[in-house]
This record gives sequence, C-alpha cells and structure tokens, in this order.
Amino acid sequence: MAAFLARRLAALVAVLFAITVLTFLIFQAIPNGDPALRMAGRLATPQQVQDIRVQWGFDKPIYVQYVKTMEKVLDGNVISYSQQVNVEQEIVKDLPPTISLAIGAGIIWLLVGVLFGLLSAVHAGGWIDRVLTAVALTGISMPVFFLGAIMLYWLGYQWHVLPLEGYVPLTQDPWGWFTHMLMPWIALSVVSIGVYSRLLRANLLDVMGEDYVRTARAKGLSERRVLIHHVLRNSLTGIITLWGLDFAWVIGGGAILVESVFNLGGVGQYAAQSIGRLDIPPVMVVTMMVAAAVVVLSTVVDIAQAALDPRVRLS
Amino acid sequence: MKVVLRNRVALAFGVLLAAIVALCLLAPVYAKDIAHTGPNQNHITDTVSVGGKQVDVVSPTGVPIGPTWKGRFLLGADSNGRDVAVRLLYGGRNSLEIGAIATAITLLLAIVLGTLAGYARGVTDGVLSRLFDLVWAYPAVLLGVALGVALAVGGINLGIFTLHSGSLLLPAFVIGVVVFPYVAKPLRAHTLSLREREFVDAARMMGYPPPFAGVRIMVSEILPNLSSTIVVFAPLIIANAILLEAALSYLGAGVQAPNPSWGTMIADGTRLMPGAIHLVVVPGLMLVLTVLSVNVLADTLRDALDPKASLRGRL
Repeated sequence: MAAFLARRLAALVAVLFAITVLTFLIFQAIPNGDPALRMAGRLATPQQVQDIRVQWGFDKPIYVQYVKTMEKVLDGNVISYSQQVNVEQEIVKDLPPTISLAIGAGIIWLLVGVLFGLLSAVHAGGWIDRVLTAVALTGISMPVFFLGAIMLYWLGYQWHVLPLEGYVPLTQDPWGWFTHMLMPWIALSVVSIGVYSRLLRANLLDVMGEDYVRTARAKGLSERRVLIHHVLRNSLTGIITLWGLDFAWVIGGGAILVESVFNLGGVGQYAAQSIGRLDIPPVMVVTMMVAAAVVVLSTVVDIAQAALDPRVRLS
Repeated sequence: MKVVLRNRVALAFGVLLAAIVALCLLAPVYAKDIAHTGPNQNHITDTVSVGGKQVDVVSPTGVPIGPTWKGRFLLGADSNGRDVAVRLLYGGRNSLEIGAIATAITLLLAIVLGTLAGYARGVTDGVLSRLFDLVWAYPAVLLGVALGVALAVGGINLGIFTLHSGSLLLPAFVIGVVVFPYVAKPLRAHTLSLREREFVDAARMMGYPPPFAGVRIMVSEILPNLSSTIVVFAPLIIANAILLEAALSYLGAGVQAPNPSWGTMIADGTRLMPGAIHLVVVPGLMLVLTVLSVNVLADTLRDALDPKASLRGRL
C-alpha cells in the first residue's frame, strides 16, 4: 500500500505541474502576436498593456514568464484587467453557490441515474425500458443551457412554481436555498442521469448473466434479494468509482454554463463573464484550479479504491 | 445500413437528420427567395404586416416580434431585427460544418497518435499517453473555452498554418484538439492488443523496407482492424462536437458575432428573457433534435456492430 501511495502521489505532483505548464502555454505562449495585448483584453488602454508587459515579464524568456506567472497564482496576486480586482479573492467569495450546486447535482444524478438504470435493466425490453431509454437519450442530447433557460422561463416566469434566479445562502434561509438551487441542480444533472442510467443498465444486464447469479437463484433466494444483494451490489462499486472520477469533471464543465443561466454568482459564472470580456487572468486561474481539482479528486478516488480492493494496488 | 432500415425509430430519426441537413444547406435559397433578407441584416426600424396591421419588427421597448408564420420573419426576429428563421438555417450550417470538421480533426489526430502510441510502445507511447491523460484531465467545455478565448483575440499563426480570429475553422480546431484523447485512448489500447497477433508478426516477417516498415504495418494491417471501433465512435463524436460547439458559442468562445450559430442564438435569447422565448426555443429545439437524431443512429449502429449489446436489448 505504501509503495502504491508513493507512486500515486508522485504521479499527482507530475500531472499538477504539467497542468500549470499547459494552461500557461495556452494563454501566454500561443505563437501569435503580443501576449500582453491578449491578457489585457479588448478594453485595455496602452498604459495597461505596458504595465502587463512588465508585471508578467513578457519581455523575458519563456521559462522566466512561467515562473513569474506561477508566483502570482500561488501567492494569490492575480489581478483581472477589466475591473482591477484580485481574482483569487473573487473566486473564494464565489465558492458557496458553486459548492451547493456541485453537491446537490452530484447526489441527484447518482440517485436518479441508479434508479433509472435499475428499472431499465429489470424490465429490459419492456415499455418501462423503452421510455427510460428515450429519456436517457434525450437527456444526453440536451445542452444544459437550453434546458436551464426553458425551465427558467416556464417554471419561473410563466407558472411561478420556483423562484427565478440568484443564490440564497444556506445559513440565511435553508428553504430559500433549496428552492433556488432546485432548477440548477436538475439542469446540471440531466445529462449525467442519461449517461449513468445507460451505463448501469448495460452493466447490470452483464452481471445478471454471471454464474453466481444463477447459483443465487438456484438456491432459492427471492428475486428481490438476488437483485439487490448480488447483482446491484456488484455493479454499484464501479458506478460509484466512476461517479467520484466524474464529479469534479462534470461540475467544472457544467457549472460554467448552468451558473450563468440561473445567475447564481458562482465561480463558473465569474469565468463565463470574464470570457465575455475576454479578460484572460480569471479564465486562466479558474482553468488551472478546476483541472487541478479534477486530478486531485481522481487521485483520492484511486487511493480509496486501492484501500478497499487489493487487486488495484498491484496493477 | 440494413439495421437502420429495419428499425423504424432509427429510420425516422435518420430521415429527420437528413431533412435538417438539407434545410440548412438550402439556407441561401430560403434567405433570398422566401425571407428576402440575409442572416446578418438588421431590420430594427422596419415594420411587418401581421393580420392586416403593420407591426414593429422590434418594439420601442426592445422586444423583438415573435413568429409571424409568414415568409418574412417566419419564426420571429431577434433584438437586432434579424430574421430568426434565416439565422437558424445559416447557424445550422455553421454548427454542422464545425461539427463535421471537428470530427474529421478528432479522428485524424486520434487515429495517427493512438495507433502510433500503441504500435511503437516504449518512450513514444509514454509521451503520447501522458499527453492524452493531460488533455483528458480538463473538463472538455473548460479546455475548449480556454483555447477558444485565447485564440479569439488574435487567431492562430504557426507560419504555414494560419487561422483568423473570426474564422469558423477556429472552433472546429479547438473542439478537435479537446475531444481527440477520448478516441485516441481506446484506439491505442486496441492497437496494443492487435500488434501481438499472428498476422502482424507475419507482416513483419515478410520484411517491408526498414524506414517505413512500421508505417506500412500500421496502415495496411492495424488500421483496417480498427475500423469497427472508429465507425462506432464517429457518430458519438459528431453529436458531442455539435453540443460542444453550441456550449462554446453560447459562452462567446466559439463562433464570433455577428455570425450565427445555434449556441449564440440561444445566448441572445437568454439575455432577453422573458421577453422573447422564441429566440431560445427555436434554435434550442433544432439543436436537441439534431443531436438526438445522431445519438439514436449511433446507438442503433453500436447495437448492430456489437452482437452482445443487441442480445442485451432483446433480453
């Protein structure tokens, strides 16, 4: 286990380093014109552009630029150019809505995905399976920002079922927090519900053909017990591992779209607004942070899996 | 093909997709002969007759007219008084074009790099596999946004390879780069197992001239055996490329204004919420229907090529 841990942690450090390099290269070294101009965005004055050139060391060799950039990022000294605010302080301020969105959506898509997958597999070929397959395929084909806008219009503006938009802190008003988060949660989880239910369905049908399931049936266990204790349990470990790996990935990609539709004011919306202004520093920091979070989380899942299953450690 | 024809649902979606593609290709004809306007032509101060009355295309409060169900402004106007139906078709052309080119780029990169990594093994494989993993660590939307924003300011210029900042090829290039590892990884794994097979050994024994022996074996022995995997992946890549293009354009990191795309149209509509929901619904429905058709066809194709999967469906 110790050797496995050491290997995984070494790999983690290497990948984190590579992520900072790649992100840095994307934003500051794409071979085209003046990186200071790009950094400053469309709204900058010549003086600002000159300041950026000196501050980020664009007159120096590329590795010096990289070191300077990383110094700024790690010290929390990155300043956005359209509003001159500290990017990292802004991100910390925007974290609560993003974390609420992530946790709620993650729980919903896991539970509903497992439920749909299970129903689909048990009734494979029947009408429930057909309906759920249609739902899953539609979900996979649904852009989150379209679904979000549609829900916002009908559930919010037309029928007044749910509050319109914005974020209410959990500590201030738990019910308000819940009702405000409900639409964003659903919008973000629909795609993943589609993916997970299809995956679990295929997985369950595979396991149902295994010998040990036949044995369980042969010794007279009830169908329900076979399904839950033998079949589902076997498939579920894989799904939950996958969920752990996907979690940060889905949130990092989806939050940027969902938060701006519902005006939640989270990290994703901050990034989306910065994109609109072509303000590079916030986009760069958010990209680095999310990619780093994805890598760290998947390492944690790997280690947890290895702790539970000795076969993983040896491979 | 036979399987698609036998399955009525798949057939219906195939016809739908063909109709959408044909309509989008006929965009110039529709614009010229039916709507009498171009995709980027403003009519803010114009009026249009609806039920015998003259109505402003864009009301004094800035709300655009909804569907008239006539030749002019069939599906309403947007906030600049542009004909939504015309923009829908031109936008569809852009979306489909970007989807197709992005898929071609993805497949090219994935086939070349995936096969190379799997066949060469050793250091080449190590470097390429780390590259796949690195791109894989970023959520696709986020990496697409990062690249899209970085390139949106000044385009890309690599000497012989130049793309201007407004070019449609830019989002296609971004999507191709972001998506390719998802195909390259399975192709690499498949190549790794193929290269140990007897027929590859036999080809090696036959002794192709040394400098190109590897290339010859990869092209004439390995590649044909990868084709079924590639055929299964291709429609899935198309569906995802169209969705990713819409997301990038929605965020302002894809197709640049004033060029239409389904993503930018939905973004325009969301901004006017709740004033002009047709601006969200019209392009959104087209987007969902297109992606759904591709996904249904992909599903059918996979069932056809994977007998195990179709057996599961019949259980």
